[in-house]
Amino acid sequence: MEAEIKNTSESCELSFDRPAGDTLLVRLKGSWTIEQKLPSDEEVGRQVEADPAIKQIAFDAGGLSGWDSGLLSFLTKIINQCSAKNISVNQEGLPEGIRKLVQLAFAVPERKGARKEALRESLLSRIGASSIAAGQSSLDTFNFIGEASVVFLKFLVGKAHYQRSDLILTIQQCGVQALPIVSLISVLVGLILAFVGAVQLMMFGAQIFVANLVGIAMVRVMGAVMVGIIMAGRTGAAFAAQIGTMQVNEEIDALQTLGISPMEFLVLPRMLALILMMPLLCVYADLMGVLGGLIVGVGMLDLNITQYLDQTRAALNLSSFFIGLFQAEVFGVLVALAGCLRGMQCGRSASSVGDAATSAVVTSIVCIILATALITVVTNVLGI
Amino acid sequence: MSESETNKEPHITVKDLTMAYGSFVVQHDLNFEVNRSDIFIIMGGSGCGKSTLMRHMVGLKSPAKGQVLYEDVNFWEAGPEQRDLIMKNIGILYQSGALWSSMTLAENIALPLAEYTDLTPGQIREIASLKLALVGLAGFEDYYPSEISGGMCKRAGLARALALDPDILFFDEPSAGLDPISASLLDDLILELRESLGSTIVVVTHELASIFAIGNNSVFLDANKKTMTATGDPKKLLEETKDPELRKFLTRGKG
Repeated sequence: MEAEIKNTSESCELSFDRPAGDTLLVRLKGSWTIEQKLPSDEEVGRQVEADPAIKQIAFDAGGLSGWDSGLLSFLTKIINQCSAKNISVNQEGLPEGIRKLVQLAFAVPERKGARKEALRESLLSRIGASSIAAGQSSLDTFNFIGEASVVFLKFLVGKAHYQRSDLILTIQQCGVQALPIVSLISVLVGLILAFVGAVQLMMFGAQIFVANLVGIAMVRVMGAVMVGIIMAGRTGAAFAAQIGTMQVNEEIDALQTLGISPMEFLVLPRMLALILMMPLLCVYADLMGVLGGLIVGVGMLDLNITQYLDQTRAALNLSSFFIGLFQAEVFGVLVALAGCLRGMQCGRSASSVGDAATSAVVTSIVCIILATALITVVTNVLGI
Repeated sequence: MSESETNKEPHITVKDLTMAYGSFVVQHDLNFEVNRSDIFIIMGGSGCGKSTLMRHMVGLKSPAKGQVLYEDVNFWEAGPEQRDLIMKNIGILYQSGALWSSMTLAENIALPLAEYTDLTPGQIREIASLKLALVGLAGFEDYYPSEISGGMCKRAGLARALALDPDILFFDEPSAGLDPISASLLDDLILELRESLGSTIVVVTHELASIFAIGNNSVFLDANKKTMTATGDPKKLLEETKDPELRKFLTRGKG
């Protein structure tokens, strides 16, 4: 019996021969490399199935001009097939190099239970699993908030261990270095508010009230919200990435084994820095927003500077100002907590650092908007 | 391996190579040849520039002066296409595996195959499994690098280095961070691969046991003199050298 399957590319050939009663001789010719379109191992399977008398497979690689993983892959599949069908494989006809590789490929048997099985879980069990995960994660969050409060109290009584230089560096990073971006965004927000307001107010000839609109909006809400969102993107993400990277490098473990609490050493200075800097940045953003409004007022609405500033001062009162500051303070705590929490929860791989930074920004922005809504409703109810 | 089997055809030639970071010279005037099917050891004390030399040889860092020739192609003067061709023919095992952490082991090995071959996804998957089996990690296809141990990461890194059946394999500190048994198993694996694939293998190491077990050619970088002081078979170097630094290195400071 002789059969021959020629490959389309002509450069690797597979043919079969039956020299003795129970032996199938597999002839390999040409170059068996992964660049070629290699014949499938099923050809051999078909030969074996066609004749139940075959009990042994032998190889003739006399015409083999080159090989790589392609041939190795072909051979391992044949060997697997044959061992399932109780057919012995005689490798003597193969080049020495590939015999060694085949040996190597089967040297370490697959560890039992190592392979991950693709489990299809039912909808209910998936819902259950994610609810349990959500419950666990909120528990973790509360745990973290609790630890952060304890550390903060420790700081208030002067018992917290942290490096002052670390605190000062963080203050610089999230204070002074944030000024350019805060200036740009706040001036533009002031400009936008003034533009939107001016279009409406000009209809009544009440352009001067642009000053009230911009002043109150910036000082009471927008200044704090804009600074909060900028700091979430800029500083919150940085906190998460820094702490996350430390987690990956086992630096957090190193701190813990030295008896230094990472909450005190890493989280506290970051929290303090934001608590100190957020109100100051907020005041700065308020001023920049008013400046934005002023540019529109003077440039477009023909108001003069003194008139605009007087109107702004008359429109504002201290309680609006303090509400703004209070919000900024709340946002500062939220951004610091979200950033540090996501950093501490970070996994052990590079991609989890990216996830931590993303989730820190998302968490802080959601928290900021929720807190703004809550504070606005509460101040309204209280009539402040 | 007997002398007669050795094919003394230079595969990689380093000529007058000077390596520097800015004005800080790491090593100067390096001249040596790596022959085809050698297991070539780059050895030297910590901080002498072994890994930097490897980075120069594989095309990650350009030399301050001198040439790296692959057969007779000057790597740093070759065009981008020729460089790609050379680099495709090099497999590198990085110190800690350098597996891409967002991909499973099978995906790590599949990436070079998907980029450079026309195989179908099924075939790529088969070859990835095969390469993992070769390094003794059968069944670990769907694991992420963070889920397996450091030694396994290293072996998986080797499987990725083997993905494209390269002619030249570079190993950066293969036994660092491995227990003695795993380290010697890895040495055996390197020998097996050289014998069955006939690849040229360059190993950066300061592990004496490995140096004598697998190396048949080497270069010694002296950290103080900032240049190479010897090249050749490490076993012969140990017998013949008169250089006190090299003698000290090869005898763990006892010679």
